[in-house]
Amino acid sequence: MSGHKLSLVVNGERVEADVPSNRLLSEFLRDDLALTGTKRGCETGVCGACSVLVDGDVVKSCLSLAVQMNGREITTVEGLGRVGALHPLQQQFMEKGGLQCGYCTPGFLMAAVDLLKRNPNPDDAEIREGLSGNLCRCTGYQGIVDAIRSTAEAGHGA
Amino acid sequence: MPKDSGIGASSKRREDVRFLTGAGNYTDDINIRGQAYVYFLRSDIAHGKINKIDTSDAEAMPGVVRIFTGKDFEGVGGLPCGWQVTDRHGQPMQEPPHPVLAQGKVRHVGDPIAAVVADSAAQARDAAEAIVVDIEELPAVIDMKSALKDGAPKVHDDLTSNLCYDWGFVEDNREAVDKAIKDAAHVTTLELKNNRLVANPMEPRVAVGDFERGTGNSTLYTTSQNPHVIRLLMGAFVLGIPEHKLRVVAPDVGGGFGTKIFHYAEEAFCTFAAKAINRPVKWTASRSEAFISDAHGRDHVTKIELALDKDNNFTAIRTETYANMGAYLSTFAPSVPTWLHGTLMAGNYKTPLIYVNVKAVFTNTVPVDAYRGAGRPEATYQLERVIDMAARELGVDPIALRRQNFITEFPYATPVAVEYDTGDYHATMDKLEQIADIAGFAARRKASEAKGRLRGLGINCYIEACGIAPSNLVGQLGARAGLYESATVRVNATGGLVVMTGSHSHGQGHETAFPQVIAEMIGIDESMVEIVHGDTANTPMGMGTYGSRSIAVGGSAMVRATEKIINKCKKIAAHLMEASEADIELKNGAFSVAGTDKSVAWGDVCLAAYVPHNYPLEDIEPGLEETAFYDPANFTYPSGAYACEVEVDPDTGRVTIERMMAADDFGNLINPMIVSGQVHGGLAQGIGQALLENCVYDENGQLLSASYMDYAMPRAGDVPSFEIDHSACTPCTHNPLGVKGCGEAGAIGSPPAVVNAVIDALNSGGKKVAHIDMPMSPARVWAAMQG
Repeated sequence: MSGHKLSLVVNGERVEADVPSNRLLSEFLRDDLALTGTKRGCETGVCGACSVLVDGDVVKSCLSLAVQMNGREITTVEGLGRVGALHPLQQQFMEKGGLQCGYCTPGFLMAAVDLLKRNPNPDDAEIREGLSGNLCRCTGYQGIVDAIRSTAEAGHGA
Repeated sequence: MPKDSGIGASSKRREDVRFLTGAGNYTDDINIRGQAYVYFLRSDIAHGKINKIDTSDAEAMPGVVRIFTGKDFEGVGGLPCGWQVTDRHGQPMQEPPHPVLAQGKVRHVGDPIAAVVADSAAQARDAAEAIVVDIEELPAVIDMKSALKDGAPKVHDDLTSNLCYDWGFVEDNREAVDKAIKDAAHVTTLELKNNRLVANPMEPRVAVGDFERGTGNSTLYTTSQNPHVIRLLMGAFVLGIPEHKLRVVAPDVGGGFGTKIFHYAEEAFCTFAAKAINRPVKWTASRSEAFISDAHGRDHVTKIELALDKDNNFTAIRTETYANMGAYLSTFAPSVPTWLHGTLMAGNYKTPLIYVNVKAVFTNTVPVDAYRGAGRPEATYQLERVIDMAARELGVDPIALRRQNFITEFPYATPVAVEYDTGDYHATMDKLEQIADIAGFAARRKASEAKGRLRGLGINCYIEACGIAPSNLVGQLGARAGLYESATVRVNATGGLVVMTGSHSHGQGHETAFPQVIAEMIGIDESMVEIVHGDTANTPMGMGTYGSRSIAVGGSAMVRATEKIINKCKKIAAHLMEASEADIELKNGAFSVAGTDKSVAWGDVCLAAYVPHNYPLEDIEPGLEETAFYDPANFTYPSGAYACEVEVDPDTGRVTIERMMAADDFGNLINPMIVSGQVHGGLAQGIGQALLENCVYDENGQLLSASYMDYAMPRAGDVPSFEIDHSACTPCTHNPLGVKGCGEAGAIGSPPAVVNAVIDALNSGGKKVAHIDMPMSPARVWAAMQG
């Protein structure tokens, strides 16, 4: 497979890479950059565990090719916040019981960032609609919805 | 005033920080230098005879290290079954072999035929396509009743039929039950299906096998709920590796729901192959592969009869169930429709006579085993549906009918061999009526009707049995394992504690809840306690996490070990303060002498144990480390009352859940926030079963629902915000924490509530619909409405 030169920004850092044309973005992030916070749940774009932000918009990295990312800016869960300086959404997921096994969580966080960017003050129905691309098997969604609502109410929506 | 730490506090989960920042360590995040990748070539037909496997072209493909077939496993044991059921006639169940890779025949779509190990996952997958399998397709049996007909194709040629066992419980009740039903004033009969489900934890299964040439030690990293069980089964029964030469690690695991209890072929393969090729071997399931290789759940077909006297007292229950085992016996499959199902058929009611018959059947489908609730949802569903149907037939209030028949005195010995230690079913029903605002339902129905919708209210109760035990009893029932749990508490010289537990956390929050208990017992900060789990190398032999057993059994072991620590500390403190051991009290992290102002801090006692300069060396050893194995005296019996309100669109048959309410009695709670989360998740899975989820095979044994495009799980918009309560509390009487377990209740209690609600809605609209099988898709509901 022929290689492609790639230059992009991942979590604020410039990355130069040489990738085969069939390299999925999810593989590139997990296997080449060791950013294993991005998860693979179905690799068909249905479960949302692999969601990342590309130029600020939520994208399913299992349906994207790494070569499409030249010149783009990617944020994964590792770039959202860190221990001791959690993003308001991360903090609220913890406060409201928005996660259990943690596997779908990075994808939900990315979807929630995108949701609040588009709609800083969503009602519950809009939150649930905004999460329609993500599956969680543990929480029944209640803690996730509560966390996003309280993040918005605290004015961290935009 | 809610507590802010210790038992009963909603402490924030410490494991969340790593999950929220992408710093978790799941099995697929583990890569070992030099690892190879395996791809399993799986059968694409349900039943067939393998004539020849030609791997020569595939072996020449780039990157291929080695290709394995059934031949390579001829000297290796099969996957063992951990529970032997004895049938109605005293005979053991039929127990066929379950090879790691198919030997001579394939028996379900997904049965592994060959395994290609290559330098990359893509190379392994490509090479698998070049394997030529000459396979003669045989007729398949998919439907259970057809599988039992004379002359039906046999899944296993060496068995006498496709019947695994015909189980009767309690066999001695059989005639009395028949007579009571014959003599009853009213009998309600219901035939139903408990739909086949796939657990679908969001993390697919993964295994990484490693072999250390220098020591001859094997290590398996795997997505398991119980690493010690895998070590025992795989080491002793499959690969012949003694436990001291085999380490099994289950790191962060992305949900289990039962399907990660079992020992799977892929685990044995990776461990075996790593030694054979002297390289680590990794397997990561794709989602479609998960659908055809993870054990499925439920799949019961049942006829239940409920007999009532003229005053509407329940007098007898008789059930006949066909339970699908699939093509092989998964690890605990035989126990699910029997001891986890028949023993729960009394429910919350004082029915004096019960007889349960279960026929377990082999079919050419994926093996079926425990899924969240495992047998108890099946028992609850049929019982609570038939009671609702009886209430409708008799024209009585479904809550009143239930209340009239509630068990009210404890302990209560049921006619199905278990003794409920405690409970208060009226209290949970009272709580439910309050949170569900049942009095206000009529007005809500009116409002729905004004919008052209039918509104229904469904009510039900449930009881479940958690922490299955004691070991000597379950041994008599056929378990080939003990069901205790272990904990080692290691106190460090500076006073911090490490607790090594055989329980495994894969979403349940043990790393937070367990320290709450110990911190409370000693009177120290929760942050001084760390939980270690999931690695056989650094935890004592344990049985793992399933059946809502962790806090009731694992938590109790931890309490016992901590008590031993405290007792030893008291001896040390008595020595330090020159007092009698009997006078030493532990409070708020300090040991004091009763009636004096003398005290010594927790940390000073710990330090003395490790720097024993002033220490009773002639009486006790230095150091502070204790282990306890806890084997419960009985099951625990959580119970509750659930309600669901639905709207049905009469034009389309579409059902929407408007409200879902749960009032549970879990005994004492350690962390209410974690408990609520467990209930929420269970409710969503139960709603999924009732409305959306269905695992469907066609008549040839092709799995039609093998992807997320075909198998519908609830999304955020499919469920409401739940209204739940767990304040009605009758503590368990036989474990030190008074806890009962909460992991499965939501999934057990919710399906009948949803179905009862839909039936209520349709009948309110004048449609005489008695029953609709799950999942109640718009098509099924609409068809039922057309009569």
